Amino acid sequence: MSTLDFVTVPVNVSDPMIPRVYRVLRTRWNTGDTFSLELVPQEGGDIPAFEPGQFNMVYIYGVGEIPISISGDPARRDLLIHTTRAVGTVTHSMSKLNVDDTLGVRGPFGSAWPVELGRGKDIVIVAGGIGLAPLRPAMYRILANREQYGRVVLLYGARTPADVLYRKELEQWRSQFDLDVFVTVDRATGNWRGSVGLVTQLIGRAPFDPLNSMAIVCGPELMMRFTTMELMKRGISGNNIYISLERNMKCGIGLCGHCQLGSVFVCKDGPVFQHSQVEHLLTRWEL
Amino acid sequence: MKTLETIVAKHPFFDGLQPAYLELITGCAANHVIKAGEFLFREGEEAQQFFVIREGTLKLLVQMPAAGEIILQTIHSGEIVGWSWLFSPYRWHFSGRAATELRVLTFDGACLRQKCDADTGFGYEFMKRFSRIMMERLQATRLQLIDLYQVRE
Repeated sequence: MSTLDFVTVPVNVSDPMIPRVYRVLRTRWNTGDTFSLELVPQEGGDIPAFEPGQFNMVYIYGVGEIPISISGDPARRDLLIHTTRAVGTVTHSMSKLNVDDTLGVRGPFGSAWPVELGRGKDIVIVAGGIGLAPLRPAMYRILANREQYGRVVLLYGARTPADVLYRKELEQWRSQFDLDVFVTVDRATGNWRGSVGLVTQLIGRAPFDPLNSMAIVCGPELMMRFTTMELMKRGISGNNIYISLERNMKCGIGLCGHCQLGSVFVCKDGPVFQHSQVEHLLTRWEL
Repeated sequence: MKTLETIVAKHPFFDGLQPAYLELITGCAANHVIKAGEFLFREGEEAQQFFVIREGTLKLLVQMPAAGEIILQTIHSGEIVGWSWLFSPYRWHFSGRAATELRVLTFDGACLRQKCDADTGFGYEFMKRFSRIMMERLQATRLQLIDLYQVRE
C-alpha cells in the first residue's frame, strides 16, 4: 500500500465530471473580502458525504469553475458551505450571487485530514488566513468526538484583526474548557488586545506533547513550510504533520494533469498530504 | 538570592550555562512587577537592561504620526526582550508597554557588558544565545514583510 493511500478518499459521486445544481440559501461576509456561501441541492435531497479537508469544483455559469475547500460540518448533510475570498473573476462573481441563484458543484474530491489517526493524541491545528476554512470541518469532527483526543490546540494567524475569519466561532471555541485557542495577527494598532506576531511564534508556547501529537496545517504554502519547521523543532515528527496544498486543480480526478506536482496530482492524491511525503517537493523551484 | 538563581537557571535561555556563568548573570538580575499599561521602556530612552518576561504580555510598540500606536510584536511569558543595551549608543529603538501585569526579571546591561569584556568565554556564550533570539526575530520579521496572507493573483 502506498503511504499516500490512507488519506485518500474515493470519489463517491456517479459522474464526477457533471456538476450538480445548487441553490444559494444564504451569503455571509466573514471579513471585508471573504465570504461564505450556504448552498442546498436545487432538486432537494442531501449533499454528498464528505470528509474534512476535501474540496469541490464550483462552477459559476458562463464565468468559470474553481476548486474551493468545503468549510461546513461533515456531520450535516443538509447544507454545503464554501468560504472563499473575492479575489478573481470567478470568486468576484460568486460573491455577487443572491439568495436562490444557482451554481454548479462537482465533488467532493481529494484526500482528507486523517483526524481518526489522531485518536489518543494531542491535536495541533495550525491555520493561516483563509486556511482556517478547510480546517473547520476537521475541528467540527474532532469536537463531535472530543473524548477520543488529548489536548486540542488551535493556533490561528491572520493579517490584521479585521481579517480574522470565523471570529464568533473562534471566540466560542476559546471559551471552552477543553480547547486551547491562540490567535495572532501580523500587524495591529494599539487597541488590539491579542497577540501580534507570526503564527509560527505561537508554536513554542502552545501546550501539547510533541511526542504524542498530530498536527494539521493549512495556509499559504510559505507559512506552512515555516510552520512545519517550527513543529518539528518542537519535536513532532514529519510523519505526524499533515498539510493541505493548493495547485491549479481543474478536473478534480487526476486526469488533466494541471495540478501535477512532481509525482503527485494535488487534486487526487491531495490536497491533504503527510508532510514527510511532499517536503522535498515544496522547496524545489523547478516544479 | 537563591530563588533568583533558581529562576535564572530554569529559564531555557540560560540552559546549560556553567554554574560560574549563572552566578555572574544572577548577580546582574532583579525581579520586578510592572502594572498593566505601564511602560517597561520607551523609544529613545537609555537602554541599559534586557528582560525575561516571567508572566504576562508585553507590547512592543512604535508611534506613527496619524496612525497612532503600531504593535510590532507581543512578547509573552518565557520570552526575552531587549538587545539595545548591547550596542552603542544604548538607546531603545521601540517602546515596551505591559499589556497585562508583568512579572519580569531585569538584567543590568552595563554590569553584563563589563562581565562579558572581562571574560570573553562568558561573552561568547552570552552572544551566541542572544544571536539566536535575534536570528529568530529577524526571520519572523522577514516573513511579516512578505505579508503572507496578502492576496496574490
